[in-house]
This record gives sequence, C-alpha cells and structure tokens, in this order.
Amino acid sequence: MSAPLDLPRWADTVLVPAISVVAAFLVAGLVVLAIGENPLTATRWLLQGSLGTGEGLGFTLFYMTDFIFVGLAVAVAYHAGLFNIGGEGQATLAGLGIALVLNNLTFLPGFLLIPLGILGAAAFGALWAAIPGYLQAKRGSHIVITTIMFNWLASVLIVYLLVNVLREPQSMNPETRAFPEQSYIPFMHDVFAAVGIEIPNSQLNLTLVLALAAAYFIWLLIYRSRLGYAIRVVGSNPSAAVYAGISPARIIIIAMVISGALAGGLAVNELMGYQHRLLLEFTSGYGFVGIAVALMGRAHPVGIILASLLFGILYQGGAELAFEQPAITRDMVVVIGGIIILFAGALDGLFRRLVAHLFARQKLARA
Amino acid sequence: MDLGLLVTIFDSALRLSIPLLAACLAGLWSERSGVVDIGLEGKMLVAAFAGAAGAYVFGSAWAGLLLGIGASVAIGLVHGFASISQRGNQIVSGVAINMLAAGLTAIVGNAWYGQGGRTPPLEGDQRFGSVLFGHSALVYIVLLAVPVTWFVLGRTRFGLRLRAVGENPAAVDTAGISVTKLRYTAVIIAGVLCGFAGAYLSVGQAAGFLPNMTAGRGFIALAALIFAKWRAWPALGACFLFGLLDASANQLQGLSLPGIGEVPVQAIQAMPYLMTVILLAGVIGKAIPPRASGLPYVKER
Repeated sequence: MSAPLDLPRWADTVLVPAISVVAAFLVAGLVVLAIGENPLTATRWLLQGSLGTGEGLGFTLFYMTDFIFVGLAVAVAYHAGLFNIGGEGQATLAGLGIALVLNNLTFLPGFLLIPLGILGAAAFGALWAAIPGYLQAKRGSHIVITTIMFNWLASVLIVYLLVNVLREPQSMNPETRAFPEQSYIPFMHDVFAAVGIEIPNSQLNLTLVLALAAAYFIWLLIYRSRLGYAIRVVGSNPSAAVYAGISPARIIIIAMVISGALAGGLAVNELMGYQHRLLLEFTSGYGFVGIAVALMGRAHPVGIILASLLFGILYQGGAELAFEQPAITRDMVVVIGGIIILFAGALDGLFRRLVAHLFARQKLARA
Repeated sequence: MDLGLLVTIFDSALRLSIPLLAACLAGLWSERSGVVDIGLEGKMLVAAFAGAAGAYVFGSAWAGLLLGIGASVAIGLVHGFASISQRGNQIVSGVAINMLAAGLTAIVGNAWYGQGGRTPPLEGDQRFGSVLFGHSALVYIVLLAVPVTWFVLGRTRFGLRLRAVGENPAAVDTAGISVTKLRYTAVIIAGVLCGFAGAYLSVGQAAGFLPNMTAGRGFIALAALIFAKWRAWPALGACFLFGLLDASANQLQGLSLPGIGEVPVQAIQAMPYLMTVILLAGVIGKAIPPRASGLPYVKER
C-alpha cells in the first residue's frame, strides 16, 4: 500500500463523504448545464419542491422512509463483508408476503393484521436474501451474482403471479385486490388530525416511525451487541473470526436474513402505507438507491438517515423540478445517485488521499 | 413441429443471442484480466443511445456504430479508472455505471429529441440492412469475435499475459510486464464489444433507441459468461441457448405442450437466471472465476 492514510475521525466519517457528495452535485450541475438548463434555478426548484411546502416535506419524508430501510439493508450486509444488491428482489418478495397475509386474513382486526403484514414482509424479504446467503456461506456462490439473479427471478415471479394467480378476475391491471381497510398503516396527516393538529396531506405514514426505530435497533445490533460484533469481525477478517470461535457461514446467513427483512420495509411503506394493494414494479429501483445511501452514510445508521433525507429531497424535489423544467426529468436523480455511488464508493480512495494529502501539508506548514 | 417453424425459431434465436454474445465476450475479456464487470448493461445502454443518435445525425449506421463504441469505451474507462488506477471496489463501480447509463441516456435523449427519451426513428442507411441470409453485417462481425477471442486469448503471447494478469498479477508484474496496461487494454476491448452489442440493439434490431432498451440483457450476458466458465466457444453456446430460450418463449406463448400443459412464458424467462444460480451453487459442475478477478492489484505488500 501507499503511505498509510492517517485521517482524524471526523475527516474520515464526515469530511470525505461530504466532499464526494459535493463533487457529485458539481458533476450533476455540469450535466444540467450540458442540456442547456440553469443548474442554480434547478437547485432552487428542487429545494422549493421538497422542503418549501408542508406537502412537499411530507413526500420527502415518505421517500426518506423507503431509503432508510434499503440503506440499512445494504449496510448490515456490508458490515458482514457482503454486497447485497438484491434489495429490489427482496422488497418485491416482501410485497408478495404482505399481499398473502393481508388478503388471506381479512377477518382479523387492524391491531393484529398490521403487525402480521409487517412480519410477512420481513419474512419473505429475509427468505429471498437467505437463499443467496446460504449459497454464499455453504456453496461459495458469489453473493453479488446470486443476488442479481434473484432480483430478476423475483421480477419474473411477481409478473407471473400477478398476471395469472393473484389478479382480480374482473380487473385488467396486473395487481391484487385492495387490502382490507383495517390493515392500512395510518397516514401521518390522519394521526395528527386525531390529536387536533392539522398538517398537509401527503403519502407520509407511520412507517417513518418504524424506519427510525429500525435504524436505532440496527445501531444497537451492530455496535452494541455480541452478534453485531461477530458480524463486523466476519466482515473485516473472516479467518480471525474462525480463531475467535465465530462461524463465518452462520454469520453470513444471519446478516443476509436481517438485510432481507430490512429491505422488506420498503414494501411496508409503499404498499401498506400508500398503495394498499400489490402491484408491479412498486420498488421503482429504490433497492439500488439503497446502495448509494449506505455508501454515503458510511454504513452507519445516523449517516444512513441523513443520506436518506438527502435522497428523499432529491426524489421529491426532482418530481417538482421535472414539472417546472421539463428538460430535467426525474432521471436526473438516478444520474446523481450513480455519481454518488461512483464517488463515495468506487472512487472513495481518491478523495481520501486528497484529504490526507491536504492534512499532511497542513501539518508540515505548522511544523 | 414442422421445418419452417424450426427455421423461424433458429433465426430469431440467432438474432436475440447476438447482443448477448457481444456483451458476454466483453465480460470475458474484462474478467479474464481480473476486472469484474457488472456494468455490461450500462455500457450496452450507452452504446445503444449513442449509436442511434449518431446514426440519425450522420445518416449512416456505421457512424452510429463508431459513436456507440466510443461512448461505451468512454464509460468503460471510467470503470477502468475506478477499478485499476484507484483500486476501488469493482462491483460498486459497476452498479454506479449501470445507474449512470440509465439516467444519462434518458435525460440526454429527452433533452435532445423531446420524445420521452426516444431517438427519432431510423430508416434506410441509418440502419444496418441485411447482407447475408437476412442478417446484418453486425451479426457476422460479432460471430467472428468468438474465434478471434478464442485465438487471441488462448494462442498468443498477449492473450497468455492477459489471462495471467487475471490469475496471478504479481507473477506478471515480476516478469516486468505492466499489469495496469494489460487491464486497461482488456477494459477497452470490453468497451468495444459492448459498443457492438448496444449498436446492434438500436441500429440493427430496432429502428432507434428506447429508454432502458437493454432490459437486463447485460445481466443475462453475465449469466452466460458464468455458464460458459469464462471461455469463448462455450460463451457462444450459452448465449445461443439463452437466445433460443427467449425465442421459444415468444413462440410458445399460449401454446399447450402434451403432458405438461401450458408453459408460462415467465418460466422460460426465468431459466437463464435459475440455471446460473444452480450452476454457481455447484450442483451441476463448478464455475470458478479467474482467481484475481475483483481484486485490485497492489504492487508492494
């Protein structure tokens, strides 16, 4: 290796990711310039649309909920040294789990049905992640390839089921019938209205609270529990883990189960919180955004929440922006996500060396 | 089944397997040199867009092909820079490239042509016409890439070195040969081949670019690569097999087979993915990637 990079902790955890995000936005600004639009006006519309109104803020937080779940999913696997790019497939299967539970147990009251639906999502998501995890742990199949294949398998499976099995006989659309009403996770505006506070209507629902709780529990799990320690040891040095009496195979499978269950949260927010039925492609590529979120948030729950907020702003603001400046479609957000993954993930070393270099020079100047 | 139907299926299988084959060979070159490439999909997509836009602007399919190749190589070099020079995570870089490609092609296409990301329809010389047996020149060029890949990788000094770099880069380095240069060369060759794959889609098979028109073909190519165990001739076989599955899925739609009943199209569509998972699990044979693939090369330890 080249000279060891001694960076202060704050530089490593805050400065380097911040620089890569700023760089990503500069590049995105260049793209906006290249298609003949003004990046500054675009930024203004983006912020105005996502934070400027109560309604916009609600939508921003709704998207943020999605990203917290998928970001945590990627992060937990990442701590175990695994790269789970199967979030899309796992969330899709979680949606199937939700539909099966909710539409078969319609007689149950809401306070039973909602937790069962969430459990169904977690269980199906976990299962879809556990198989690649098992194959990696026991058969040595590369988890990246298997999770990619499982994404496609999930999308093919869900098309088959929605077109041939689960679709309502009278309906032309490939979607299930609506879930029973008592299984809807309450909208935030209804919750606030119940205690007499009026907030603008949006898709934002109580799943946000679940997402924040999940982030807290994942923090406890990874940094404060025996299992989390084992996960991190396997992730950083599997052979040391064996000497410490930890079975990497077991930890890999457990980490993937937790990861898949978390990815299921995306389905909870989208389906139980908003769509109230299972439909095609409800994951909208958010599983991949989770990779950007986890990389940007340094796989730490606090970082993930902040990164999710940023992507929530981008997705909601991007929708408003596309409305105001039609040349800048919402695909811009995908571009920014890609650049952030490139900068905060693959080119991380570049920015780290740059910062280390600056620190070294400063030290020299002071000496 | 009559002969006519068989010929039709064979013909459409060949057509459908060409983009897979070009992308699969691209992956083969890259991964044989030790650079894992899950960005095949993204490079194809960029090439498809640049190809269609180029063919439209210059009125020539060949100009489109050149631009497609150029765009694909450029994106490939970003991947090369991240994974070779910066020793970044190759998987992460590949994911980034796929996202970038999906977003950029849609946004630029929309800004230029204002048709929801589509390029204007291509006609006449703007498309590759058939030269032999109803297939375009691209089909034969891509088919020719199989023996060329086999020969260059397996029978030349350059090929030996390139394979060695994917197995044991330190040994190649010790022999005084540049690991970096060899890997960049492989990444560029992969870019060129993905350029063919993309241009074939938008300028050969279809008449113009559609957003996200690769529709996962890059990943099927990746599956074919694993299936072919990173070898050129088996790659041809695997891609043709997956093309055949695709073609028969179209033909079998709604058809009832004796003893089985109606086969859902999705079952056939799932086959490439399922077969790859089963193969990787070591149930039927074993697929072992080049030993140093995915690992950035660090000179001194």
